[in-house]
Amino acid sequence: MAARIEACTPCHGDMGRGTSDVYFPRLAGKPAGYLYNQLVAFKNGRRKYPPMNYLLEFLTDPYLQDIADYFASQHPPLPAPELTNVSQQVLAQGESLVISGDAARQIPACRSCHGPALTGMEPGIPGLLGLRPTYISAQLGAFRYGTRTAKAPDCMQTVAARLTEADVTAVAAWLASRPAPANSPPAPKGTYALPFACGSEPD
Amino acid sequence: MKFRSWLLKLLLLSLLPGPAAQAQEKRGPAGDNTVQRGEYLARAGDCIACHTAPEGRIFAGGRAMPTPFGTLYSSNITPDAETGTGKWSTDDFYRTMHNGRFPDGGLIYPAMPFASYTKVTRADSDAIFAYLKTIPPVNQKNRPQDLRFPYDNRQLLLGWRTLFFTEGEYKPDPNKSAEWNRGAYLVEGLGHCGMCHTPINALGGTSQSEAFKGGLIPMQNWYAPSLTSNREGGLGGWSIKDITDLLRTGISARGVVYGPMAEVVYNSLQYLTDDDVRAMAVYLKGIAELSPSPPPSSTLPSSEGSLLISLGKTVYDARCATCHGAPGEGKPPHWPPLAGNQSIQMESAVNAIRMVLNGGYPPATEGNPRPYGMPPFAGLLSDNEVAAVVSYIRTAWGNRATPVSARDANELRSAPLN
Repeated sequence: MAARIEACTPCHGDMGRGTSDVYFPRLAGKPAGYLYNQLVAFKNGRRKYPPMNYLLEFLTDPYLQDIADYFASQHPPLPAPELTNVSQQVLAQGESLVISGDAARQIPACRSCHGPALTGMEPGIPGLLGLRPTYISAQLGAFRYGTRTAKAPDCMQTVAARLTEADVTAVAAWLASRPAPANSPPAPKGTYALPFACGSEPD
Repeated sequence: MKFRSWLLKLLLLSLLPGPAAQAQEKRGPAGDNTVQRGEYLARAGDCIACHTAPEGRIFAGGRAMPTPFGTLYSSNITPDAETGTGKWSTDDFYRTMHNGRFPDGGLIYPAMPFASYTKVTRADSDAIFAYLKTIPPVNQKNRPQDLRFPYDNRQLLLGWRTLFFTEGEYKPDPNKSAEWNRGAYLVEGLGHCGMCHTPINALGGTSQSEAFKGGLIPMQNWYAPSLTSNREGGLGGWSIKDITDLLRTGISARGVVYGPMAEVVYNSLQYLTDDDVRAMAVYLKGIAELSPSPPPSSTLPSSEGSLLISLGKTVYDARCATCHGAPGEGKPPHWPPLAGNQSIQMESAVNAIRMVLNGGYPPATEGNPRPYGMPPFAGLLSDNEVAAVVSYIRTAWGNRATPVSARDANELRSAPLN
């Protein structure tokens, strides 16, 4: 399988471990259902990134599932967290949103869906550790502006629309500063209940 | 007679598992196999590629097709009475295919390949229409065309038609075999291969004398190689097996399809019967010229070319040799050979440069369900390195093409990807 997905390595690294490019995400160990949903979304053009749309356009869904399964089953070590240059105050704001959310603004805590250890849940919710702040803020921004969408109800779009730019910076910085646990598989399906319905994680 | 024997073969083939078998359930009102045959022919015509939008309902149209004259949107060909073809008669449908006119006499833009479909027989057109009538109707209005002045005036099409459109069903060549004629019928007619492989002029037209001589596909910036010149995509030197492998599975011992041709194999050619693909191969092999023309001379100063080629070898050994081999022999069929590969030695280096920049996957087909992908190097190599490695593979191992410049590489970084 590694030879078949050689096309992914310049951007995502071998075994999907990520590369030094700050905009390309690590794929290794993410839930297979999440990876499959993204591959299908890129194939159909729902998620727009021309180099990805181009590569996947003429691949079949079963093959995309194979590719998702491959990356989900890879567990190369997580990179060391990046040193951040944001203030302690910003980090504290990020921590607060991730751990507790902001009830007054109807922002749920990230961990309420992405898991107490932020390692995600099978099949469709990705972990949030081992990602770079630039990637996280780019994706939250894309959800906010509606350039990244998912199956309805599109929970990430709903949540991200309530975030300010300062919130996005803070959440991305704090998440990226977290030391990664040595072994961080996503929680099995149904480990905890979601606070609201999510098209990517059907009951 | 030819038609009947082909029909018999299709009936026999439908007993085999695969796409034909899946279609077996569908029967026409009279209980014959017209609908099933129509589905097969619609595959051969690749109707789905344009008439189905991404994430859209099948054949409901609405797919945007950028052209040099503006954006066209394909139409709804589901049998919806209000917005589709529900009220059309078989005569109406034949007229769109054969003459490029809507039932009300309105002129159809030639993005719909009626200049090729005009060669389709009445019986085949009727079968396709019978099949389309079995598609679930979708109530979806056609999106208005978005063409720039003056191309938004459909009356201009009268001029285009006078210059570039010849109406008429395919006439078999009595001096050729039935197989050759079947191949010609599919390639020139339903396959509408000429839409890309025949050079297109500034008015969006083609001429018969230039048929299948290759050209840059407008807007997409991929080069559709000549099918008549063995210096390009001409298949005169290929075995029938290699040609049929390429058309049906997307891979072969000689080369692999990427880009727009991957779409054609994915949506259309992989579903054709062995006999039909073989007929196309026989015809395509037959139209290729036997003697290749001499290679063109380089536009780069030779000193610059030599420097590029020398840098190119360094890049090649570091990035490419693991899969394609130091002597460029590849590991067919998944890693195509580069030594002796026609598509690398064409005068146009567009495809070779784009493959280095963008990488690519061949289509996933029944014959090659889990294809191997070529990595994109756009983010890893500079313009100069891309030019160098392409210059190297175009001139190494006895390949006889010319070096390319960093500017050539740079210009293709902004080529549309889909």
